[in-house]
Amino acid sequence: MKKNDKATPIVELKNFKKYYDVGGHRKLHAVDNINASIFAGTTLGVVGESGCGKTTLGRAMLKLIKPTSGEIIFEGVDISELTPKKMQPYRQSMQIIFQDPYSSLNPRKTIYESIASPLIVNKIFKNSKDVENRVHEMMKMVGLAERLVNSYPHELDGGRRQRVCIARALVLKPKFIVCDEPVSALDVSIQAQILNLLMDLQDEMGLTYMFITHDLSVVKHISDEILVMYLGQCVEKAPSSELFKNPLHPYTKALLSAIPIADISSRNRKIQVVRGELTSPIDPEKGCRFAPRCKYSQAGCLGKEIPLIEVEPNHYLACPYWEQAIDN
Amino acid sequence: MKDELLKIEKLEVIYKTSEETVQAVNGIDIVLNKGETLGLVGETGAGKTTTALSIMRLLPERTGKVLSGNVTFEGENIFELSDEDMRMKIRGERIAMIFQDPMTALNPVMTVGDQISEAIYYHSEKTNAAGIAARVDKVLELVGISPSRKNEYPHQFSGGMKQRVVIAIALACEPVLLIADEPTTALDVTIQAQVLEMMGELRDRLGTAMIMITHDLGVVAQICDKVAVMYAGEIIESGNMEDIFVSKEHHPYTEGLFGAIPDLASEAKRLSPITGLMPDPSRLPQGCNFQERCSHCMEICTKKNPETYVNGTHKISCFLFKNKEDRGDGDEKK
Amino acid sequence: MILQALKNNKNENKKNITDGRRKSMWKEIGKRMIKDKPSLISFIFIVALILVSIFANFLIDVDLVTAQNGAERIQSPSFAHWFGTDLYGRDIFARVVYGSRVSLSIGIITVLISTSIGGLLGAVAAYFGGLLDDIIMRVTDVVLAIPEQLLAMCVVAAMGATPTSVIAALSIAVIPTRTRLVRSTVLGIVDTEYVEAARASGMGNIGIIVKEIMPNTLGPIIVVSTQGIASIMLTASSLSYLGVGIQPPTPEWGAIIFEAREFLRLAPYMCILPGLVIVVTALAFNLMGDGLRDALDPRLKD
Repeated sequence: MKKNDKATPIVELKNFKKYYDVGGHRKLHAVDNINASIFAGTTLGVVGESGCGKTTLGRAMLKLIKPTSGEIIFEGVDISELTPKKMQPYRQSMQIIFQDPYSSLNPRKTIYESIASPLIVNKIFKNSKDVENRVHEMMKMVGLAERLVNSYPHELDGGRRQRVCIARALVLKPKFIVCDEPVSALDVSIQAQILNLLMDLQDEMGLTYMFITHDLSVVKHISDEILVMYLGQCVEKAPSSELFKNPLHPYTKALLSAIPIADISSRNRKIQVVRGELTSPIDPEKGCRFAPRCKYSQAGCLGKEIPLIEVEPNHYLACPYWEQAIDN
Repeated sequence: MKDELLKIEKLEVIYKTSEETVQAVNGIDIVLNKGETLGLVGETGAGKTTTALSIMRLLPERTGKVLSGNVTFEGENIFELSDEDMRMKIRGERIAMIFQDPMTALNPVMTVGDQISEAIYYHSEKTNAAGIAARVDKVLELVGISPSRKNEYPHQFSGGMKQRVVIAIALACEPVLLIADEPTTALDVTIQAQVLEMMGELRDRLGTAMIMITHDLGVVAQICDKVAVMYAGEIIESGNMEDIFVSKEHHPYTEGLFGAIPDLASEAKRLSPITGLMPDPSRLPQGCNFQERCSHCMEICTKKNPETYVNGTHKISCFLFKNKEDRGDGDEKK
Repeated sequence: MILQALKNNKNENKKNITDGRRKSMWKEIGKRMIKDKPSLISFIFIVALILVSIFANFLIDVDLVTAQNGAERIQSPSFAHWFGTDLYGRDIFARVVYGSRVSLSIGIITVLISTSIGGLLGAVAAYFGGLLDDIIMRVTDVVLAIPEQLLAMCVVAAMGATPTSVIAALSIAVIPTRTRLVRSTVLGIVDTEYVEAARASGMGNIGIIVKEIMPNTLGPIIVVSTQGIASIMLTASSLSYLGVGIQPPTPEWGAIIFEAREFLRLAPYMCILPGLVIVVTALAFNLMGDGLRDALDPRLKD
């Protein structure tokens, strides 16, 4: 929101890349040359479909995966080359919430044990009473009844489990949280509850989020800035309201038009259905990876790198022919 | 009136284990005509899938039990058919069902073509190989997959393509009713749009009736003709598209569902979700099941089961509207 | 919304919090064990069996086990000799009681050794993967390729026929199967998100293996281990039969039966009664294992 007041972003990615070896000398380009900065107290929404590398990006931000090249600057320090030991103090300030609240809790641990575990691992408190107090404080904060301390994950519904995951991520009082599709596995009504909770917590604790999702409608409310990814590349980046009002990249437009709207008057609107084969992410050709499926693609889309240019203030776009696409 | 295809009357289904009895479906009525698409909306545990499984008679044998009610399909009572008839004549042949997760619905060691021809083989009387092969090609083309890919294995297909294969198998025997249990929930939005578009086209072309089970009102708006909203095993509101999407009168739960959908047009920062959770179906409260989460809850709601208010095709089970009907005017206190 | 939640929770019962969590967990497991009658009975039986074998010398005269008595050869079961007597006039019941010392300790110790070493190797192989996994698994394959008894015979031949070397031999033969079991179980857990969450919270590799992964492998390990006790006791017996195991006249369950095999027609009780003891013991271990697995799994609570 008021990001321009702050001098330096809390997290910054510079030329971030992650390639996987897939045998021979071939490489799978999971994340290719991503630049992003997230200011304290704001949310960066990362949107893309399965296989676009958004999950890899989130994991790599926390160094759960080692990046191939590029810098991850957290509070002014490049953490991309730190050893696990030197990484330890930063771990406490960076946490992650996963998509599937069913597989992200250890089935053998009670809710209390799951939430307390990060405290015990990092030896935050000497006194077990303090641990207990903090766990209860967290549970209240995320709206979990105290009587659930001795419950096991299988006894809870998806929404409550996701609250447990949020409590576990917040228990170390982190500054930065990667939310990897935290609501996609939940029902619509529960989704809204969790989204509101995340926004409330952000206001209260001054948290910074990177919010990963495949559903643009979900990030609309929570994000300050949105980054649209396609097969490892950033195709468009803009402030949230700008992106929804004025989407420029053909892929962003397709994503927006594909969202089913709960309104029958929208029934006969034209959905820009994306057709054509997906480009293989293994050693892809230089240029725009969306080109084979894009109806505006031209010869110039492939063969050379397409830079991300600022077409309007704070609105970045990787499409050389966007003006023609608008005319059509 | 159009031909009635499926009629569910006062269906009650429970799951009984040694410890508890879960009241999954509590007396629902559904009428579906030929060629119509019904959207069955509700959150997890509302009894949507149980309803579908009851129609197919596929409830888990040891725990699931139909307490009362009838399911009439093409004039025949489903519950009175023999197992043999059910298997050979109804399931797969007249009613087909597709499930949420295309990743686990296909056999990984059989080619896609073989899986489709298997479905045809079991249900068609004239089983000549060439005929089946031709049918497989036709079905694949129907769902937009090139027949040349029929010798590939499921892992060679992407998620959306797999769901198309699943739909192809379901359509292989030209059923008159297709039950789709959250067919697009596991898919990406652009793929979801493709699959929905395709299902709509197929329905128009083949005249198949559909029951679309989903928790997403957006999906319903795209493809359905009528809607039934389920909550804790009951249909609390039903009607045609205008009743649900245009009319201003709604059950408080339906209103909550609309409020929970992120609105692309609005600038509001917060969503307005329904607070709380659905009641435990093994311990349903007295009176209205929605009372604990309802902001309009009145005294009568905690005592008596809500009556159904009918306005043309629009039905709402809520006392709020009962009062309105009695008084004849719109004055509404509380 | 948070404030509201705070208010709502203020009045929640505080009882559970002060109740002490860990205590209640063990109580819970105990309660569930007691509820499961077959496994409770098995558990009592096994404890009784172990007590009897430890205090055998207070219960039965050692002389009955080894002293030959020509006057009382091959007698049917009676009050004096509950299981009858064998070819040398020794009391079979006494031999079975003393034999439990050898048989039970071979069974239990071998299982403990093989499960802990094999389990650790399997967990390490699955967790770290790569070269370490390759090395561990290829060695495992090689050991698995040698028939169990042949392997055991070689080890015993090299180390001498003592109970210790029998245990060592059997452990070596059994370890690879446990390694494989644990490895495949752990592979399914290593990529779950709760393991990743633990890593994100700063937990080290050892912590993750011990606290997050191992508890989730308990089910299959307990079942296979308790079933293994019976089969290991039988393999130990077959080693005695081949002359490389426990040497006569030391009583051992398998050996008692093998000695009696020639009299199967003449005096079937000599085989059948000790055989029944083995069957009942094996069954008890299996039932106890099942009960233990269920009791330890919170998902099966109530």
